Amino acid sequence: MESTVIRCRDLRKTYKTPEGDKKIIDGIDLCVGENEFVVLFGPGQCGKTTMINLLSGLESPTSGIVEVGGEPVTGPGPQRGVVYQTISLFPWLTAMGNVEYGPKVRGVPKAERRRRAQYYIDLVGLKGYENTYPVKLSGGMKQRVGIARAYCNEPIVMFMDEPFGALDAQTRYLMQKELEKIWQKERRTVVFVTNNIEEALYLADRIVVMHNCPSKIKREYVIDLPRPRDYMDSEFLRLRKEITDIVDKTL
Amino acid sequence: MASIQVKNLTKSFGDLLVLDDISFEVEDGEFLCIVGPTGCGKTTFLNSVTKLYEITAGEILLDGQPVDLKKHNISYIFQENSTMPWLTVEQNVSFGLGIKHVPEKAKRENVNEMLDIVGLTPYRKYYPSQLSSSMLQRVSIARAFATKPELLLMDEPYGQLDIELRFKLEDELIKLWERTGTTVLFITHNIEESVYLGEKIMVLTNKPTKVKELIRDDLPRPRDIAAPDFVALRQHVTDLIKWW
Repeated sequence: MESTVIRCRDLRKTYKTPEGDKKIIDGIDLCVGENEFVVLFGPGQCGKTTMINLLSGLESPTSGIVEVGGEPVTGPGPQRGVVYQTISLFPWLTAMGNVEYGPKVRGVPKAERRRRAQYYIDLVGLKGYENTYPVKLSGGMKQRVGIARAYCNEPIVMFMDEPFGALDAQTRYLMQKELEKIWQKERRTVVFVTNNIEEALYLADRIVVMHNCPSKIKREYVIDLPRPRDYMDSEFLRLRKEITDIVDKTL
Repeated sequence: MASIQVKNLTKSFGDLLVLDDISFEVEDGEFLCIVGPTGCGKTTFLNSVTKLYEITAGEILLDGQPVDLKKHNISYIFQENSTMPWLTVEQNVSFGLGIKHVPEKAKRENVNEMLDIVGLTPYRKYYPSQLSSSMLQRVSIARAFATKPELLLMDEPYGQLDIELRFKLEDELIKLWERTGTTVLFITHNIEESVYLGEKIMVLTNKPTKVKELIRDDLPRPRDIAAPDFVALRQHVTDLIKWW
């Protein structure tokens, strides 16, 4: 690994509930290298979203350390872009307004932030929709805006929390292909959460399989299939079966 | 159980032609998967078959007679959760039987059997708000099968579930179907799912929607998604649909 961008050591998170303390994350050590695409993979409700929140600084760990770019994470920041599972665009802003929002609140001059926002809008394939409001966009297009918005802060890492979970199977294939293209062009360190094994295998350099709650790392797989990958390739299908079989069952 | 004949089914909304002269037949007890590109009018198609929509032209016959919801026993499982939140699991499952005035004893036996098949017996007194989304879909499936429908329509019921859970519920569905002999029309965006479930796969075109190909899927069950025959069929259906 060239250089480590994300480092977390013995990360733990416990929530207080009326029934007592509930351990969600139970000692995770994880390093992610520069420009690596890591997928956190595990069953429903296994604490994947909590991991994203801890790594991005949206929540504080109960104990343990998170460092991004050598700095301890103590809260959210523009260096750490997040694409959310629920489509969380500002409905009163156009696609452009959403994408340029981050630079705008940080006081980047208008000409500069417009130039940058336009670049990322073009990159995600939304040229021509700059002045469209979210309500007029399809699910896939909204997530494209979400990706452009996260990129527009020019973060050093991108966290993606199951961004395609609400899309139909075919639109999902499209978005996986698009995301890979975007990532090839604008390399970033990515941590991507999903419970869809096809998506994980299509995108990941490395898949980190999580235990069911309380969450630990169960196993890691380095995926070195050539890109772009074929969902029906025999090695792809073999890995899919192997990983599916070791994942804890929900229910 | 019922055979279906669809003749020249056409549906427009104003000037927008959605279903364009579709004809096909489904044999009694057959499991037909309907798959097509995103936005091709699959749901409109199902809603026309059930007469939730008035059709513009054409004819839909069940066992040779025009579809009549008072006469024919049709169940519909929706994409989103459609359990009744004020009823317990067992009350949800017995709901259709109550409407049909099934005698108490037969009703109870039927509900017990259905709860057993979908693995919800321990949760029979729970309310929907206490259940996970996969359990809610199982309640809907048990409710639909409890009335012993001649025809069961399913509109992408597993779209929001993770792959493992989907396969588990699909296997349960196949068990129920084999046991009851119900004719099933199953709509999905998921090509792998259509190849996994169907006896026949009907591939639709983009709008205005026509039938692109009707394919027989006689792979042995339980099916293996990595088997060469399976992959070849999935590839064929993908090639017919692919737009992404």
